[in-house]
Amino acid sequence: MITYLEAIREAQAKALTDDPRVYIYGQDVGRFGGAFKATKNLAHEFPGRVLDAPISEDAMVGSAIGAAIEGMRPIVEIQYADFSTPGFNQIVNHAASLYWRTRVPCPITVRLPSGGTAGSGPFHSQSMEGVYAQYPGLVILTPATVEDAYSMLLEAVAIDDPVLFCEHKYLYYHLKAEGLPTEALPVGKARIARPGRDVTVVTYSAMVHEALAAAEELSGEGYEVEVVDLRSIKPIDTDTVLASVARTGRLLAVGEAWPWGGVTAEVVARVASEGLALLDAPPRRLNAKNTPIPFHPNLWGTHRPTAPTVARALRDLLRL
Amino acid sequence: MLLARVLEEKLASLYRAGKINGGVFLGKGQEALSASLGMSLRKGDIFAPLIRDQAGRLAFGEDILEAVRTYMGSALGPMRGREGNVHRGRPKDGYYAMISHLGAMISVVCGGLIARRFKGEKGVVGATCIGDGGTSTGAFHEALNLAAVEKLPLVLLIANNQFAYSTPNDREFACHDLVDRAIGYGVEGHKVDATDLDACLDVVGRAVARAREGHGPQMVVASLLRLSGHGEHDDASYIPEALKAAHLGQDCLKTAECTLLDRKWISPEELAELTGSIQQQVEEAIATVQREPAPDPATETWCALATPGLDDTFCA
Repeated sequence: MITYLEAIREAQAKALTDDPRVYIYGQDVGRFGGAFKATKNLAHEFPGRVLDAPISEDAMVGSAIGAAIEGMRPIVEIQYADFSTPGFNQIVNHAASLYWRTRVPCPITVRLPSGGTAGSGPFHSQSMEGVYAQYPGLVILTPATVEDAYSMLLEAVAIDDPVLFCEHKYLYYHLKAEGLPTEALPVGKARIARPGRDVTVVTYSAMVHEALAAAEELSGEGYEVEVVDLRSIKPIDTDTVLASVARTGRLLAVGEAWPWGGVTAEVVARVASEGLALLDAPPRRLNAKNTPIPFHPNLWGTHRPTAPTVARALRDLLRL
Repeated sequence: MLLARVLEEKLASLYRAGKINGGVFLGKGQEALSASLGMSLRKGDIFAPLIRDQAGRLAFGEDILEAVRTYMGSALGPMRGREGNVHRGRPKDGYYAMISHLGAMISVVCGGLIARRFKGEKGVVGATCIGDGGTSTGAFHEALNLAAVEKLPLVLLIANNQFAYSTPNDREFACHDLVDRAIGYGVEGHKVDATDLDACLDVVGRAVARAREGHGPQMVVASLLRLSGHGEHDDASYIPEALKAAHLGQDCLKTAECTLLDRKWISPEELAELTGSIQQQVEEAIATVQREPAPDPATETWCALATPGLDDTFCA
């Protein structure tokens, strides 16, 4: 069995093996193997190519941009997605604009350990993908499975554009697979995680698993819920979303990020503007609550969507 | 220096005539420092110029057409109308294109040098410039610290032109002298009077040589006065007359010309002839660019990605 976290480690080992242009830069990623051990033993196996960085997110991303200009393909590990804010400027203003401005591609991969885990609190739990998605020039991946964590990270390194790889910390140890995948959907394609005919849940990352659990609960009540795993939120595979809504006539978009704007709002807007006639009920959204992310598990478990709240939202939607 | 001055004065007059979109930012008073850096670098080095580095850009090999095309928004320029004025470069040639956020280019040059180290290239130098105001940014601190940790061959010129836009030094930093910061970062520090071309060539040249020889990052703090506004929209009325009349207020270009004449390295006639031919070169470049096409929204790709297949077509 291999975990989601081990898949990320294995993908980086393969990238380092296959491509001499790849190196890893981040805090504690060297001999220590990273705060979550996503780079365990890589410094030993690839001497000189897994470098500890000072606590300088702006300079970490900035230096990756410079290395990319010179033909390297750096992987930057930000210790927590929340800590990407000091590097925000280099990500959104520099990496994202470089190709458009200069015709020189910027193939950097920024790994953002994202999302909440119990007890992590306001500054070690954030889901930043929607904030970054606002900026043109970025590719944003949100793998929900062990297989996608592996194959999409390899693809991220190969893509000639800056990629934000939003790996979910809750899935690091919870999620296991038999082995590494030998084939994968390409980046930009969504996946039907569970087919159904009564209602569509469009979601991504850890929320895919909450949606699948809710779907299982509703199947006992006679409803067949279709779960669409977006996999990538920039680009969004709008065609797959619309095709699913065409089958079910109902849409619930679920995300772990905050409710103002963001990925779920984007999905609802697209379906409303392109597929209003497909809908039998108003499109709905379910997101985290509009406060900082609480520390205590009791509060945290209520702050973010979970299988029971997704199931409740689905029942409401199915009654409309 | 002379070409940069003549070119920028022409651009300023075009700005005043309403012929340039956006701002025009002059390096007037900073030419000696900037040119010294451009001349000390070699092909194969990395250079990320900042706002007031027209002289350094030319010395590093920029064709004046690239400057004029970017200022005038020609579709044939390196930025094709997507970017203007000082935001230009050819990164593949080691000539990086600045973004506006101060301090941001320092770590990018560091990354370029890390890449060169991975490739096993020796004797490469990476250089960039910043002003007194830019030294207050977090990006400046993060990048100089990173450069020192990695012992990179970075040359960082700090042009202390006394004002960050309108803010004087005493509202920008409280240390006695910016060069004192070098020891805190663990880098070598140098000071230079940037009104003096001889001194700039000597000090900047030495800093570049030290970096090239493997002595790690070099920080050069240059004293000068900005002899213009922040941009041509700014009358710089906040600069006291007494400062303009003091030593720092001397024009480095005029001082350099006097030195050349005093040493009889050039005659007044030769200097006049040189100035005339440079003026003609600039006029011709502007005439050429004025005939060039502007960018066309209908043929613009409107795609920010190098991988068009990954563009979010719904947003198109």
